[in-house]
Amino acid sequence: MRRLLRRLEGTRVSSRGLVVALPYLWLIAFFVAPFLIVLKISFSHAALAIPPYKPLVVWTSRSVLEIRLDLRNYLAMFAHRLYGDAFLNSLKVAFLSTVFSLAIGYPMAYGIARAGARARNILLLLVVLPFWTSQLLRIYAWVGLFKANGLINETLISLGVIHQPLTLLFTPFAMYVGIVYSYLPYVILPLYANLEKLDWQLVEAAQDLGCRPWQAFYKVTLPLSRNGIVAASMLVFIPATGEFVIPTLLGGPNSLMMGRILWDEFFSNRDWPVASAIAIVMLLVLVPCMMAYLRIQSRGSDS
Amino acid sequence: MSRRSAFVITCLAFGYAFLYVPIASMVVYSFNASQLVTVWDHAHSPTLKWFGALLHDQEILGAAWISLKVAVANATGSVILGTLAGYGLARFPRFRGRFAFTAMTTAPLVMPEVITGLSLLLLFVTLEQTIGWPAGRGIGTMIIGHMTFSMAYVTVVVQSRLATFDRSVEEAAMDLGARPVKVFFVITLPIIFPAVLAGWLLAFTLSWDDLVISSFTAGPGSNTLPMVVFSMVRLGVNPEINALATLTITAVTILAVGATWLTARARRHAASAAA
Repeated sequence: MRRLLRRLEGTRVSSRGLVVALPYLWLIAFFVAPFLIVLKISFSHAALAIPPYKPLVVWTSRSVLEIRLDLRNYLAMFAHRLYGDAFLNSLKVAFLSTVFSLAIGYPMAYGIARAGARARNILLLLVVLPFWTSQLLRIYAWVGLFKANGLINETLISLGVIHQPLTLLFTPFAMYVGIVYSYLPYVILPLYANLEKLDWQLVEAAQDLGCRPWQAFYKVTLPLSRNGIVAASMLVFIPATGEFVIPTLLGGPNSLMMGRILWDEFFSNRDWPVASAIAIVMLLVLVPCMMAYLRIQSRGSDS
Repeated sequence: MSRRSAFVITCLAFGYAFLYVPIASMVVYSFNASQLVTVWDHAHSPTLKWFGALLHDQEILGAAWISLKVAVANATGSVILGTLAGYGLARFPRFRGRFAFTAMTTAPLVMPEVITGLSLLLLFVTLEQTIGWPAGRGIGTMIIGHMTFSMAYVTVVVQSRLATFDRSVEEAAMDLGARPVKVFFVITLPIIFPAVLAGWLLAFTLSWDDLVISSFTAGPGSNTLPMVVFSMVRLGVNPEINALATLTITAVTILAVGATWLTARARRHAASAAA
């Protein structure tokens, strides 16, 4: 019997390895390794060649292996105000979008979590539906709403609120609306998952002990949903920092966002090394955020 | 208490209006006869002419066909990788490199797409130079790129399904002599199948909608539907896109409502069988 058990243990260890090996290797090959290549190319310089950058490792004539690390791309980030401004602006836009999304999403998640079982399923389905519909098409919908002769301007003019159409499209305002709109389901779902598990008896106890509803919310509900808030924030903040589609379609050609600058450097200027350096600088800021998110997620699955 | 409920209900109403007014406006304007999209042509609307134009637009149809091929291949591949990864994470609490594995399956969920796209392209270019594979870029490289982020979503879905899995059924099968692989295919997989199917649909949708990673990893002549739509939208609003949006929303709604109805019915059957 004992030998049999030991054999079972043995097979389990090897099958365990096999189960994880395939996705593990895939992610190392196609997710981790590429970042090392981005890092490498960020130390190169654009050239008229295929691929369009200078090699880092060169065999010189006397069998000397030369490794050239070109720091120009990184120095350019500090020298040109465009990059610094775009970088700070991206962080600002991502941060404010996160705050606005939480301000709209938290009360919604709270309302869904406290609704009756039947209503809850319908309300959740209504949050998930836009999430399944193409983000590109949903952003396009806002282009139609924000246009000079779009629905918003037409409505306001026919109501007599304004006489001249407002400039809405290609403004920071339009970009914020687009980001909050796109990422709202990403905020509501983790907050809901968190609030749904919350022990409401604690809130009732606080109220029995004399807390007013707002006090009970502030002192009990809010601290208990901290993990949900952090997870939801990261799901908006990290991707919004590098957002490309929304700034392009709603923010207009002059919106200073890192995702747009990276795209233009790559596709319009064909400057792969500068695009790589931008990606590396963004990662330096975003990786700590990802670690925070990961810590919350793994703590959630352990408990 | 009632004051707060009123506040919460107001927030819900506002939030859902915010989510649905833009979608509704696209659907309504897709039946508008005017070329100007947002100016309603009372004389000739509603009309189906933009749906007709859409279904005769060879560029859109060709791109939709490419998107469909990529999305199906991506969803199938992602489900295999994601189910393995989700099973591994849910069932093996300790193995060497688990933390790194968790990080690698979580990061693609939040990583800005421009970074993932750029890094994949540079990988493909470097590989082509050193080992000659992949020769050029196209549908194959797009599928690899999509799988890398889609499998992360499937992993989350499968892992959270397995977290609430009653393992006594598996143990019973083991006690009766089934080997682990057989237990997985005969017991575990059928039970978690709805989650796997949801993962497949999610991966399909992610791929079908993706613009950024496709743009980096596509080759000449392999433009996907979002790439064509994006270049059209960049030039301004276009009534054909409204028609496309209406078709997409209809398909998604039918699928989502159908899936919800099926799971509710399955739950009711299970409940009545147990009673």
